[in-house]
Amino acid sequence: MLTKRIIPCLDIKNGRTVKGVNFVDLRDAGDPVELAKQYAEVGADELVFLDISATLENRGTTLEMVMHVAEQVNIPFTVGGGISSIEHVDALLQCGADKVSINSSAVKRPELVNELSNKFGSQCIVVAIDAKEVEGQWKVHLAGGSIPTEIDLFEWAKEVESRGAGEILFTSMNHDGTKNGFANEALSRLSRELNIPIIASGGAGSVKHFIDTFKEGKADAALAASVFHFGEIPIPELKKELKENNIEVRL
Amino acid sequence: MPIAKKMKLVIINYGAGNIKSIQFAFKRLGYDAVLSNNPNEILAADKIIFPGVGEASSAMKMLKESGLDVLVPTLKQPVLGICLGMQLMCKSTEEGNTKGLGIFNSEVKRFANDVKVPQMGWNVIKDLKSDLFKGVKENEYMYLVHSYYAEHCKETIAKTDYGINYASALQHNNFYGVQFHPEKSSLAGARILRNFIELDVKSKNEESIDR
Repeated sequence: MLTKRIIPCLDIKNGRTVKGVNFVDLRDAGDPVELAKQYAEVGADELVFLDISATLENRGTTLEMVMHVAEQVNIPFTVGGGISSIEHVDALLQCGADKVSINSSAVKRPELVNELSNKFGSQCIVVAIDAKEVEGQWKVHLAGGSIPTEIDLFEWAKEVESRGAGEILFTSMNHDGTKNGFANEALSRLSRELNIPIIASGGAGSVKHFIDTFKEGKADAALAASVFHFGEIPIPELKKELKENNIEVRL
Repeated sequence: MPIAKKMKLVIINYGAGNIKSIQFAFKRLGYDAVLSNNPNEILAADKIIFPGVGEASSAMKMLKESGLDVLVPTLKQPVLGICLGMQLMCKSTEEGNTKGLGIFNSEVKRFANDVKVPQMGWNVIKDLKSDLFKGVKENEYMYLVHSYYAEHCKETIAKTDYGINYASALQHNNFYGVQFHPEKSSLAGARILRNFIELDVKSKNEESIDR
């Protein structure tokens, strides 16, 4: 059976990991390669690198980092942040990234999803969607969640699926950073209305939240950052508990 | 870094997909793999990887443009098709209604919509039947990303369930194909790549003497 995936997300700035990472046995917690290797060893199923400093000037630095990760890490990884062109995606994939994630650039020019999936295949195109629920309506937000739009989350998700997205990474801004659990109602609706994998993001605070997002939220994968980085939820224990709750995971 | 071991390993580079990851995976095992679409270099290799990611009909078009569609089925040394590479080695695929190389007697079909498509993530391989899986346990997890699957045929050497039960690996003589990505499948995947490298190549050498 296909297993549910656990995905640590690493924020990258100028080729270095940011957001405090509290890992024992790491010589350099700012080294994305070392951190990625450690996560692969403890059983992470996939990794996401989010380039929060993405500018044209430091593109080379990120590409170099991607190359080093691909050299040394034996699980798949996605790179996101500031990606808006075919050339950029091509360069990232050439360096060994397995998937890329696009967000605001797809909203600004939806055809980009078609162009990328036609050229590189749906399997490597993840569309990340940040959305916020206001008065019962889920609205898509841009630029890391800072700019609201009138676009409906579910309409947009269906549109990018039809344009060739291979996967949706949905972050609920109402839940992100709260450690109160994932947006399971919206997640399960996405899973009902779409037929591509959905990654849950935003709100992870306890093992129970992961159990709930897989059972109630019907998510295919769950992404989190700080609970993993600070060792609050060790991945081996998390996966063991998921298994005990009859959720298929890779152990 | 381990010292590069002596073995001429070629990854066929015909423009389809992420081959860097495969090259890196071999490097982690201590082998330098060469990327090439040069027929002479491919023919001179001890072991050959036939990769592929993306859409089948455009990949087949690229293969034809380089004449490799004719060369690949004639190869005598061990060849390992990965993902779309394996699918192109089958008789045909529904993707883009594409005729394959016909090495494996299998037809490639699209997953029905009762499951999410693509299948993306880790699933188990079972009923393992080949030296390729030496030291790999039944129900080992492999990383898979695909929308199309190979139907079972007499060449099936591994099976996976996703909505239906399909062939996640195939073997016909010196030709091997795996639907999963061994280069991205942690230690068990690395073991499969090592097994492929360590496959006995005597048959190839004997044949060249016969000629």
